[in-house]
Formats: sequence, structure tokens, C-alpha cells
Amino acid sequence: MRYRFAMFTLRLDNNTWLLAAMALAIAPHTPRLPIWISLLCLAVGAMRLIEVRLPARWLLITLAAATAAGIYASYHTLLGRDAGVALLVAMLTLKLLESRTLRDSMVAIFISYFLVITHFLYSQTIPTGLYLLLVVLIITATLIGINHPGRQIEPRKQLRLAAVLLGQAVPVMLVLFLFFPRVPGPLWGMPTDAYEGMTGLSDSMAPGSISKLSQSGAVAFRVAFDGSPPKPEQRYWRGPVLDFFDGRSWSATAAPDPKPADITVTGDPVSYTLTLEPHNKRWLLALDLPAKLPPASRLGPHYELLADQPVRQRLRYRAVSYPNYRAGLYPGATELNRSLRLPALGNLKTREMAGAWKRAAKDDGEIVQRALELFRNEAFFYSLTPPLLGINSVDEFLFDTRRGFCEHYAGSFVFLMRAAGVPARVVTGYQGGETNPFGNYLIVRQSDAHAWAEVWLKDRGWVRVDPTAAVAPRRIESGLAAALPAGEPLPLLARMDNAWLMQLRMSWDTLNNDWNQWVLGYGQERQYDLLSRLGFEMASWKELAVSLTAGVGALLLAFSGFMLWRRVPVGADPASVIYQRFCRKLARAGIVRLPNEGPADFAQRTAMLRPDLALSSTSISELYIALRYAPHPNASDLRQFGKRVRAFQSQLPD
Amino acid sequence: MMFRLINRPVWRRVFNRIDVEHGPITLDRQRIFILPTRHGLMFAMVLLLMLVGSINYALSLGFVLTFLLGGMALVSILHTYRNLAQLRISAGKTMPVFAGQQASFTLCLNSSSTTERYAVGVMLEKQHPQFIDVPARETMTATLALDAPQRGILRLGRFTLFTRFPLGLFRAWSVLDLDMACIVYPQPDTARLPQLAGVQGLGDRAITAEGSDDFRGMRPYHLGDSLRHVAWKALAQGRGMLAKQFSGQALPELWLNWDDLAGMTTEARLSRLCCWVLDAQNTGLSYGLRIPGSTLAPGNSEVHQRTCLEALALFGIAPHKNAHPTN
Repeated sequence: MRYRFAMFTLRLDNNTWLLAAMALAIAPHTPRLPIWISLLCLAVGAMRLIEVRLPARWLLITLAAATAAGIYASYHTLLGRDAGVALLVAMLTLKLLESRTLRDSMVAIFISYFLVITHFLYSQTIPTGLYLLLVVLIITATLIGINHPGRQIEPRKQLRLAAVLLGQAVPVMLVLFLFFPRVPGPLWGMPTDAYEGMTGLSDSMAPGSISKLSQSGAVAFRVAFDGSPPKPEQRYWRGPVLDFFDGRSWSATAAPDPKPADITVTGDPVSYTLTLEPHNKRWLLALDLPAKLPPASRLGPHYELLADQPVRQRLRYRAVSYPNYRAGLYPGATELNRSLRLPALGNLKTREMAGAWKRAAKDDGEIVQRALELFRNEAFFYSLTPPLLGINSVDEFLFDTRRGFCEHYAGSFVFLMRAAGVPARVVTGYQGGETNPFGNYLIVRQSDAHAWAEVWLKDRGWVRVDPTAAVAPRRIESGLAAALPAGEPLPLLARMDNAWLMQLRMSWDTLNNDWNQWVLGYGQERQYDLLSRLGFEMASWKELAVSLTAGVGALLLAFSGFMLWRRVPVGADPASVIYQRFCRKLARAGIVRLPNEGPADFAQRTAMLRPDLALSSTSISELYIALRYAPHPNASDLRQFGKRVRAFQSQLPD
Repeated sequence: MMFRLINRPVWRRVFNRIDVEHGPITLDRQRIFILPTRHGLMFAMVLLLMLVGSINYALSLGFVLTFLLGGMALVSILHTYRNLAQLRISAGKTMPVFAGQQASFTLCLNSSSTTERYAVGVMLEKQHPQFIDVPARETMTATLALDAPQRGILRLGRFTLFTRFPLGLFRAWSVLDLDMACIVYPQPDTARLPQLAGVQGLGDRAITAEGSDDFRGMRPYHLGDSLRHVAWKALAQGRGMLAKQFSGQALPELWLNWDDLAGMTTEARLSRLCCWVLDAQNTGLSYGLRIPGSTLAPGNSEVHQRTCLEALALFGIAPHKNAHPTN
């Protein structure tokens, strides 16, 4: 065994380059990998760094099999996104243990390139892109290093050449990116774990579920309005509607009505383009109430907008909504019955109170008012960190703890209504949103997640009631940060105290939005749009292929012209450039300098052949020799030399 | 018509008809070929996989990466080609060797342009390549080694200049046949010169004796005088190159005769004579060579030795005049 401590004085050989490239390519995966794989990577990296003798082949095969078994034990599969990445990382690491030949190193480089692309399965943000660009640069520099056998090439040159190659590849990449035919949808079935870890509303609501979601500053969607945006109190973005209560959590009924009930709209419509972040569920968010639907979607039984497929990619759609509407004046009996159902047992005090209200009230509207007055007048508090609730959660909340987030208020309100015989249901979604002044659009984050209620009143249909507004009116008008009392822990991004920080955040979001819209969202639709703008009537595969080939061909031609026919020697000695000019002038007169002829000999021969030029050519040669071989030639001599050579032409009789 | 088309230099090269050429060769378009390597094809497969993955998962940045790497591979064709283009190759020096030794042929690679060339491989068929970097506007040398199994003239024959730099995805190459040859002397056998047999170290004594009273005087040095006779002291004093003259050098004049070796085969005779020439030169004897067809008057100098050895090497072989090898 041989330990080389000189290694630590930064010896940038190919081995070190390869290790660095692979470490950078693997690093962002490590938080997602089982810890033992990261440790394996570290161990193998250390082994290579101190140049331990490589293990025998049989040991390597055993190690590979053991690693595969370990991955199977960790993920219970070898397929799918996460297990696949883990397998790739492990195999790349083990490849290092048999990197003996050029071929082994090349394979390691190719796997590293492939590993880079797997990061995009998890994140395609601007910082990720920039980081991985750096990784690609390092991998390419490594590739250059291992293709330079023998003496190590200078690291600076290696990096510069890699940067030149990648820089020249950028125009080719742009042409291919814009014109390579895009096909929508997956080519084959996706692994089931491909979409894990997407945040968003869930299809059930238990106490704490929305307050947990609202801790996240992640963007839920962005909206650009055609006209002016609706007022804050109208910004209710409708998501899943929950009409079944099991005593603890609310969920949607398993067998919904086939069609939504009647809608009558009045007032001005609001048209907008919404870009929804993927959440792996079918609902699309829309302003209450959507009238014109985006393609490949339908209106659910509770006026929720549902896509035909789960939203697994960032989705951009146009919709038209009417803030003033009347919906469900004539609902079916099953729908109303379903909106009155309660568990048989539990929450007796609440039921008693609701029963008393019902007996006293003239109509259902009065019951709604009684409930809102309860929230408004009694000591209810709006809080992100409410105390935990027991079995009779509604009773405990309404009579004891009285601290809660929107899901507590919406849930207990609907319970109260149903107990008093008023049809009611919980609506979840988002409320509010932040205007980005730079991009002129609204950002709605997960922290804007909200829950409210809908009650059915005779002659008015389904009416939105937001009990949270009764407790914390500022939540609706100004958002979460304004509504929470001082001292409450806040989601980081909901803070708005620092104007400068706010501005920075908004500019960053604008950049991200453009990135999403134009880079990540560049698909078939945008491609057709671009091609029709370029004058292609109907974009077909044939036309795309033609523009592709023409574009790439033209670029390569331009590069080869630039690289191969650049005749002007950069950095050549100026004196010799001028002397060449002098020689060319003589050559035109038939006196060609021989390859082995020095300037003095050449001047002598010229004088013999053309006595009329003897004086001038001899003096030019003398000047040239002085300039070329003097220890410190000065600039005025050079100017004099140039002048003489320029003047020389006139003395040549034609 | 067809023949003329086929007979153009580029096609002749495609069909492996390499002409023997003199003097500096500049690698131009017609001489350089370029094709993807095995690794290049492997890389193409990886890119294809990445493309399919990008389509399936609708990864916009996956497309960006795939196309960036694809573009890089395309651009690398130009870089690989440029690494060889306009390189000037000329024949360098070759030193004669004895049969059984390795002959080395020096090639000069000159980069007249401003591009630095990296990892240019020079390779004889079925041998390990030698890689050299040629900085911009400089000349570097590469040495090709070739076994010299028998006496005579050893031609370098075809060799390949190639490069896979920078990415190893493409290989540009050019097969050349520069007119380079090396004289191979016969392999000396181990028999000593009969006149010296048993008088071990006579040579040394003969040389040390030179400093004795027999010193006669000095005359200007002529090319071919033994370096042992140069008056180094005089040279150091700035009196120029002078050769010492000895009157008492009563070393016998020696004739190395082909006919003395009757009964041996031609090659064995040549080997023996070769050995004698070396022996005689080393001991400082004045020796002449008599072989059928040529007689070389006695002498003792580097040039004389070379002339003798060459005569032995080329015995029975037509003088080397652009002898095209028959492949």
C-alpha cells in the first residue's frame, strides 16, 4: 500500500479531476439518498485520493451485488426514480474502483453526464441550472484531461478549452432546443414515485393540515389578469370541496353528483392566465366561480375545476370567472342531504347550541349570522399554533381552546350549520395573493392556503361564508402576515417588514416566472407559436427537420470558417509581419525569398537582380535585422520601418 | 474519366494507396480523415438515452443539457480536425545502427499557425503511439523506433499521425510515408582482430604512448582526424583546432581482407569484418578494407570508420535511390 501525502498540496491530475467532477455531480443527490450510499461514496473517494491498490475483480462484483441488494432493501425496488438514481450513484462510485484504462474513465465521465440530467427530475430552477452548468464544465475539463495522454495539461488551459467548447455548443443547443420537434406527454408509463414530494392542497382536511401547508413559502400558482385584478376580498381561489365529516377530518364524498347544478352569472367577467405548479392532483385552481373552462378540464359537482389528468407538470391555462354569481338555486335532494350529514355521536354541546339557534331563528340566514356573531364577539383568536384537540374536537374548539386557524373556523362553522339544519360544506383553496409590480401578476403561495364555508340558502343558492373573516378580517384583506397577532411564528416568505428585501424577492420571482414560462414551459404549443411567427404556415416534422439541419449546419460552417481559416497570426512579431509585406512586394516583382534565405542574403540577391532596388532593400533589411535581433527594439524604429516598407511600393516600376 | 476521379489524391488515400513522399508534408484537407471513435458512439448512445428521458419526463433543462452536449460533440469535430490541420511534418535525422538494434527515426512536427496542438499521436503500425504537444509556431520532434533485424537499408515505411484531442469522441488521422531510411551495419560478431588476439589492452597503451617523445609537432585539424589527436590545450589557449602529429607512431598498417575469411558465408564474413573494423578503430590502428567491388585505403578516423561500415552494410545491395518498397 502506498500513501502519497503530496496529494494534499493540490496536485491536479486526472484522478483528482475525475473525483472532483463526480463529487460535484453526486453532491445534490445526497440529501435524497440513504446515508450509507453517501458514506460509500466518501469511502471510495478517499480510497482513490490516497491511491490505495484497487480491489480485485471478484471483490468488486461482490461489492456491486451487495450494493444493489442494499438499495433494494432501502427502496423495496430497483426501478423508479429514487431507486434508479441511487443505483446510478452507487454504480458510478464503484466504477471508480476499477478505473484503470482510458475506457473506464470515459465510462465514468459519461455516467457523470447522465447523473447531471437526473437532477432535473427533482428541480429545474435557475440556481440548479447554474450549478449543474458548472458541474458540466468540470466534467468536460476532466474529459479533456484524460484525452491528453502523458504529461498533465495545465488546469487553466483545460478549463478554458472546456469553456470554449461549451460556449461554441450554446448556439447549436439553442437551435436544437427551439426546433427539435416536441411531443407532449410521456412516451411510456412513469414510475410511481416520479411525482412524490409535490406540495399542495390535500383532498381531506384535519385540524392542522392547512396551517402546516401555510408554513411553506412555495409558489402554488401565478396569475396574470387581462384587466385589473379583482379586489382582495374577492380573491377566493376554489380548490377541493369537502362535504363529508367523520368526526375529525373533512373529505370529499366518494360518489359525487354527475353534474354541477345551475349557475347564473351577473356583472363583469374576470379573464386571466393561470400558471399552476404541479401538485400531482386533478384539481385546477380558479377564481370563484369559473365560467369558461380551459381545455381538458371539466367542472366538478361542487363547481370545482378538475383536469382530466393529474397535474404533473407546470400547467398554463386561461380561464374566465364571474365574481358575482348565483349557483345551485335548484339543487338535487341528494346534494342537500349530503350537506346535512353529521356523525351520529359526539360534540353534544355544539349540537345543543345549534338546536337552540334553529328553534329561535326565523330563517336560515339568521342562523348564519348568529354563528358569525359568535366568532366575532366571543374571545376567538386566529393562530397558526393552536392547542391540540381531543375526540369532541368541535366542542373543545368552540367552548374551550378558542384558538385556531382557518380550518378550525370553517370546520366548526359547517358543523354548526349542519347541526342547525342548514346545508353547508367546506371549501378549500387559496385566498389572496401577492401582486408582483415588476411582472404585473399575482403570486399565490402555499401560505395563502385557506378554508372557508358554503351554505345553501333558499332563493340564494350556495353562498360563500368565511368565518375566518369574522375572527381576523385582515387575513382576507391583507394576507396572513397582517392577520396573525404579533409574536406568532410566521412563514418566512409571508413577512413583509423590509421593503428592500421585498423588492428583491419580487424581482427574483419575476425572473423565475419568465424562466418558467419561456424556458421550462417551452413545449409544443410555444414551438408552434414560434414557427408560425417565423413564417411556417403549418409546422410539420419535415419543416422542423429542415430548419434544424439548416440551422446547425450554418452554425458549424460559421465556426469552421472562424476556426480554420483565421489566417492573421495573432500575437506575431509586428516587425516580421511588416517584413512579410516587403517580401510579398518583391515577390510580385519576381524576386521570391527562398525558405532558407536570411534577410541579409535576400537583400544581397535582390541588389544583384535589381540594382535599382539595392539601396532601399538593403536599408529595409538592415532595419529589420536591427528590430528583430536588437535586445530592446524601440517603437520609433518600428514606425520608421513600416514607413519605409509602405514607401517601397512606389519605387517598383511595373 | 472515372480513373482520373479515382486517382485524385484523396481517393487514393481512401483506398489505402499511400505514396512515398519527400520533404515536408503539410496536412491539408485531402490528407486528414476523421471518424467517431468507439467512445464517440458510446457517447451518442448516452445522448440518445438522455433525449428519450427528457421527452418522457418533459424535462426542459434535460433538453438543454442533451443539446448542449450534442452541440459540444459536433463542435469537437472541428477542434479535433484543427489539431492536425496545417501541421508540417518533415524528416529529421536518422543514425545508422547495427543489425539487431533498434533504429530511431526522428520526425519534425511544425505548427506554423497560432494554434497550439495537443496530444498528437505518432504511430507505426501495430505499435504503441507516442503523444506530443506542439506549441504554436514551434517545431517538436517525435522519434519512431523500428527493429533493424538485418543489415542493409531500413525504410521507415508508413506511419500514422492521429489525434483524439480534445474529447476523445472523434479521431482524426493521416497515413504518411515519408522517404526516410536508415543504414543498418552488419551485426559484429565477437571474434577479436587476430593481430590483437592475446594482446589485451594494447590499444590503451598505444594511446597513452602518444604523449611520449615521439611527438613531432602540430598541424591544422582536418575533418576526419581522430578527436584523440586534437590539441585541446591549444584550443583552450585560443590557437584554434590543431592536431598533434606523432613521428614514432609505428603502428602497423592493417588490411582487413574479405579473402582472409574463406569458407564462411557472406553474412558471417561481413559480421566478422564489421567487428574487425570496430576493433581496429578503437585501438587506433590504421586499417584498410578490401571487399569484392571496393577497396578502401588505410586510415583511422570517424569518417573512415563510417565509410567502411557503410561499404559492409550495403555490400551486394543496389545503392539506395528512392527505392520504393514493394508491399
